[in-house]
Amino acid sequence: MKIALRQLEGRSPGYWALLAVLAAVSGVGLLAAWTMEHHGHVITGMNNQIVWGIPHVFAVFLVVAASGALNVASMASVFGKTVYKPLAPLSALLAIALLAGGLAVLMLDLGRPDRLIVAMTYYNFKSIFAWNVVLYSGFMGLVVAYLWTMMEHRMNAYSTYAGLAAFVWRLLLTTGTGSIFGFLIGRQAFGSALMGPMFIVYSLSYGLAIFLLVLLAVSRWTQRPLESAMQARLTRLLAVFVACAAYFVLVYHLTNLYFAKQHGLERFLLQGGGLYTRLFWLGQLGLGSLLPLVLLLAPKTRNSRAMLVLAALAVIAGGLAQMYVTIIGSQAWPLQIFPGYEVSSSFYDGVVGSYTPSLPEWLLGIGGVGMTGLIVVLALKWLAFLPQRLDQFPSDAVAGNAH
Amino acid sequence: MTPETSSPCSCGSGDACQDETQKARRGFLGVAAAGLAGIMLAPGVRLIEVAQAAPNPAATPAGASAGASPKVRWGMLVDTSKCTPGCNACVTACQTENGLPTQPGPTDAQWIRKIEIKEIKTGKAHSLPVMCQHCAEPPCVDVCPTGASFKRADGIVLVDKHICIGCRYCVMACPYKARSFVHEPQTQQKPDVPRGMGTVEGCTLCVHKVDKGESPACVQACAAAGYGAIAFGDLNDPNSEISKRVAQYSTRQLREDLRLDPGVRYMGL
Repeated sequence: MKIALRQLEGRSPGYWALLAVLAAVSGVGLLAAWTMEHHGHVITGMNNQIVWGIPHVFAVFLVVAASGALNVASMASVFGKTVYKPLAPLSALLAIALLAGGLAVLMLDLGRPDRLIVAMTYYNFKSIFAWNVVLYSGFMGLVVAYLWTMMEHRMNAYSTYAGLAAFVWRLLLTTGTGSIFGFLIGRQAFGSALMGPMFIVYSLSYGLAIFLLVLLAVSRWTQRPLESAMQARLTRLLAVFVACAAYFVLVYHLTNLYFAKQHGLERFLLQGGGLYTRLFWLGQLGLGSLLPLVLLLAPKTRNSRAMLVLAALAVIAGGLAQMYVTIIGSQAWPLQIFPGYEVSSSFYDGVVGSYTPSLPEWLLGIGGVGMTGLIVVLALKWLAFLPQRLDQFPSDAVAGNAH
Repeated sequence: MTPETSSPCSCGSGDACQDETQKARRGFLGVAAAGLAGIMLAPGVRLIEVAQAAPNPAATPAGASAGASPKVRWGMLVDTSKCTPGCNACVTACQTENGLPTQPGPTDAQWIRKIEIKEIKTGKAHSLPVMCQHCAEPPCVDVCPTGASFKRADGIVLVDKHICIGCRYCVMACPYKARSFVHEPQTQQKPDVPRGMGTVEGCTLCVHKVDKGESPACVQACAAAGYGAIAFGDLNDPNSEISKRVAQYSTRQLREDLRLDPGVRYMGL
């Protein structure tokens, strides 16, 4: 079956309104970054106890979701599920847009964003951060190449190889992102080899949730009804990914609970950590895992498009809560320089760090989401990323069942 | 939103419906991929050059390291039995010497602070200063993406303000909370101790004084206050006062379990 791809004409008032909103959100984000650079991070809620705040929550979430957004394309090219082939270009486009949005936030939150050129020219190759610079640009290059092989007829023969390379690279990329935390020896919540694979699993569910939202929005707004069989496949797949992510969270905390030296940290995160504890139980687990699992699997809701949208939104909200607990909660727990001692100082030693995100930080983080959306909406008009019809997909019979 | 009409274009069909614009745009993808691949490969080629993972030597200012000898390992020995609760002489001296805020808030830098500790089981209390521990295996140097965080040949761990991008990864990595991020514009800086908004900093072991043959400000102030709780010297020189005391008495490094080999040691803990 031949796949016809089309671009959006993008002339409707709705299209322009969406574009204007996304441009405004991005613009406000840039303005917030400029204000932060002008006044310094003193206008944020960050301090010398919590040095990575809400912008990092958004940035890392977007970067992790970027690699997961490539799921659908990988299934078509790497795992031979041809049924997903028409959706592969959209999947790759989202991967690029999410990574660009996340990196923009990460970069603009630097103390010296004007020194980007330094970050690109001075490398300490023992730093996982430096490796990430290579991994980010490599991912971007490979996915663009992959898109080219999918969309340029002459190059179609190479799309399997490009897809495989992009797939392997996205595993490396997210291992690298997780290892930013995994390679920190001083902080109790980090310093674990589990961080790499755990972030890969997070990426699968966050990326697919975002992909689903975009797909369903396009389907509705361009009046291209989505085939119910495809919706059912993606619903089941999201359920599997959400369950896997929950499993990793369980293993992470059980491992910590096994080691007596980690009991204080676990008591903080799971029991007495105030906002962090609430975000863990209600946000990460309740909203991010249990609610979507029920919505995606229960016979009454699993076929409903509205419930699928709700489930995807819940996965995203849960993902942001997870990043907040992982990144900020882990910094709030004080460093144990003197295990077995009560500690006090003028530098807040032994005290749970306090952090309240300020408006510019929120705006910068949300600005990254706006930039992602802006790239997607512009690209859909610029080039034919979307299948002409969403109610007919090629048979997967030869390659096997859906998943 | 109103329905979109679409201008058709096929992919894989070979239909005659492709327009030249689409072709050009698809071609652009190839060019973009090649360009990005170049960006991707450039650091990779550089990686091959750097056979051993280490901070970029170019990142170390020649002037700063010219005087540092690898034969020397500067270190400190803090005698907690001589350090008195309530005495803040070392902290005040550091603030004066380095132009740091004297009434620091949560966003202000503290290069050295006094910590009061009490053993939970026994109730035994100590008061002691904690500053950058000038590790032989510093995690802040390992994680710094640009090599701004570096260790001099004589063991002093510093930040090159010219290439620090303010990512704060070193602050996350330091197990001693020895690094501070500069949150706001700085005024009244000391000529020997440049500081900059948006960069990270920490105890320099008063490198500007050490290079002139003097002791760090905190060491001098502690002696002047009559306690003499901090000894400073070359840990590699067996005849130095600090080495003799380290050889004679039982001393500890903080978080010894991490095996970072800090240059600051504590006795009496």
